[in-house]
Amino acid sequence: MFEIRIHSRGGQGGVTAARLLALAAIHDGKYATAAPFYGAERRGAPIVSFVRIDDKPIRIYSQIKKPDMVVVLDASVMDVVDVLQGLKAGGNVLVNSQQKREFSGYVSSHVDLTGIALKENLVVSGSPILNTPVIGALAKRGIVSVDSAKKAIREMFSDERNVKAAEAAYREMSA
Amino acid sequence: MKKIATGNKAVAEAVKQVKPDVIAAYPITPQTEIVEQIAEFVSGGELKSRYIPVESEHSAMAACIGAGITGARTFTATSSHGLLYMHEMTNWAAGARLPVVMATVNRSIGPGWNIWAEHTDALQERDTGWLQVYVSTVQEAYDTTLMAFRIAEHNDVLLPVMVNLDGFLLSHIMQPLDTVEPGDFIPPLHLPHAIDVKTPAGYGGLTGPDRHFKIRWDIERSMRDSVKVIEKTQDEFSRRFGRRYGFTEDYRCEDADVIVVAMGTLGKEAEVAIDQLRNEGIKAGSMRLRWLRPFPDLDLKGKEVVVIDRDYSFGRGGILATEIMAQTKEEVFSVIAGIGGQEVTFEDVADFVRQRRRGTEFWFGVTVNV
Repeated sequence: MFEIRIHSRGGQGGVTAARLLALAAIHDGKYATAAPFYGAERRGAPIVSFVRIDDKPIRIYSQIKKPDMVVVLDASVMDVVDVLQGLKAGGNVLVNSQQKREFSGYVSSHVDLTGIALKENLVVSGSPILNTPVIGALAKRGIVSVDSAKKAIREMFSDERNVKAAEAAYREMSA
Repeated sequence: MKKIATGNKAVAEAVKQVKPDVIAAYPITPQTEIVEQIAEFVSGGELKSRYIPVESEHSAMAACIGAGITGARTFTATSSHGLLYMHEMTNWAAGARLPVVMATVNRSIGPGWNIWAEHTDALQERDTGWLQVYVSTVQEAYDTTLMAFRIAEHNDVLLPVMVNLDGFLLSHIMQPLDTVEPGDFIPPLHLPHAIDVKTPAGYGGLTGPDRHFKIRWDIERSMRDSVKVIEKTQDEFSRRFGRRYGFTEDYRCEDADVIVVAMGTLGKEAEVAIDQLRNEGIKAGSMRLRWLRPFPDLDLKGKEVVVIDRDYSFGRGGILATEIMAQTKEEVFSVIAGIGGQEVTFEDVADFVRQRRRGTEFWFGVTVNV
C-alpha cells in the first residue's frame, strides 16, 4: 500500500487533489481511497487529506500515520505544521515552490504549481488552481500513469487548461 | 465506467435509480450531502420526484408518512440531532406500516459539540420498529440502499428501513463505486393499505386496550418475517449483480478462538487487525454486524467475543455488547471506542484483542477502567 498525505489550506483544492489522484489510480487498475480529515476548517486554515493506493481493496479508515509521501500545496503551512511527521525514512516530499527544498533523509522535489496555474490563467475567485497541476507532478513521480492522470482530470473538469497545467507540472518538476 | 464517489453520493445515486415519488428533507445542518445531491438530480430533471424541503426533520418524516399513506415511495436522510428530532415520527412511520427508506449518517449527540462518527443517534431509534442496517464501504452503501427499498416494500415486511453510514469516515471518503441497472430488482410499490379518494380510510384512530397489542405484535411478526425477505433479497442481489451480503460479514471466523464484533467502518478496519493477530499466532476473526434489526442469530459458540461499541447506554453498557450478551453464553469482552469520532486504528483493535481481560469493560483512552 502507498500512502500519501496532502497538506494545504482550506479552499486550495487539497481535497480535490486527493480525489483526482485516487481516481487516476483507479484508472490504473488499482484500488484507492481519498479522505479529507474533517476538523473545524475554515478557508485558509491548514488542512490535510489522505490518499491510499493499493493492489487490493483498502480496508483502513483511520488516518495515515506513516505516509510514504507528503505533498505540500502551500509551503507556508510548513511554518505551522510539521509536514514531515511520521514520514517513512527515504519517503517522498513534494513541495509547491519556486525554490529547491531539501529535506535530509527524504527524496525531495519541488515544482512551481502556483506559477504554472497563473501562466495557464487557472484562477478561481482570485486563487490559483493547484489540484490539477499537482497530479501532473505526481505522475512524474510515477504515483499514477500520465494517461490516467489526464483521464481523471478530464472527467472532473471540462476546461482543457487543467490538462495543460498538469503537463507543464510534469515537465517542470525537479527530478 | 469506473467511478469514484463518497458514501453520501453513493446513497444519492441509488435513490436516483429507485425513483421515489416523494423525497422530503430538512435542508439545513445536521443534514447530509445526500439530499443536496438528490436536489440537484431533481432540479436538473434527472430524477422526477416530488422534492419537499420542509422546516424540520420532524416534518420531513411527517411528509414521508403523509405521502406514504397514499402508496407513494418515499425517502429522506438525516443525521445526529436531526434524527432525534424526528423520533416521534419514526415511531409513527413504523406503526403505520409505511416502507419509508431513510439514510442516517451516524454522528454523535451533543453536548459537547461534536459532529463526528458515533452510533448512539441511530441506536436511540432501535426500538421504533425500523429495520436497521449498518454499512462499511461506499459500494455497500449504494448496494444496501437499493436493497433497502425492496425489503421495506415487500408484502411480508412493510416496515421502514434505516441505512446507516458512519459520519465523515464513510459519508465523506471517496472510494470506487460500481453502479448497476436495478431494472425489475425494484418492482413497483403496491401498498395494500394505501388510501385514495375512492376508498376513504383513516389512520391513527383510537385503538383500545383490547386491540393495541395486536397491532404491536403484528409489527414484531413482520420483523421476524423480514429475516427471510432480507436473505432472499441479498441472495438475489448477489445473483444479479455479483456482490454478496449477509446479516454479518465474517472474516476468518471458521477456526477462530476469538471474534471481534463491530459495526460500520470499524468493523471493516478490524479485518486488518485480524490479519496482524493471525501473523502473531492468535486465531482471531471478525464478524461485522450489518443488520441490527432484525437482530440475527450470531454463530459465536465456543468463541471468546470482543465487542466494540461506538455508542453507549449510560448505566448499562455498550449497546451492541448488551445485545450480544443477551444472545450468547460465551464470554463477552466489551470495548467502548470511537465515540464522537475518536481515532481508532486497526492497531488499536489488535490491542483490544491482545489485552482482553475477563469481566471488564474497557473504555479506550480512559485511564481508569472498571
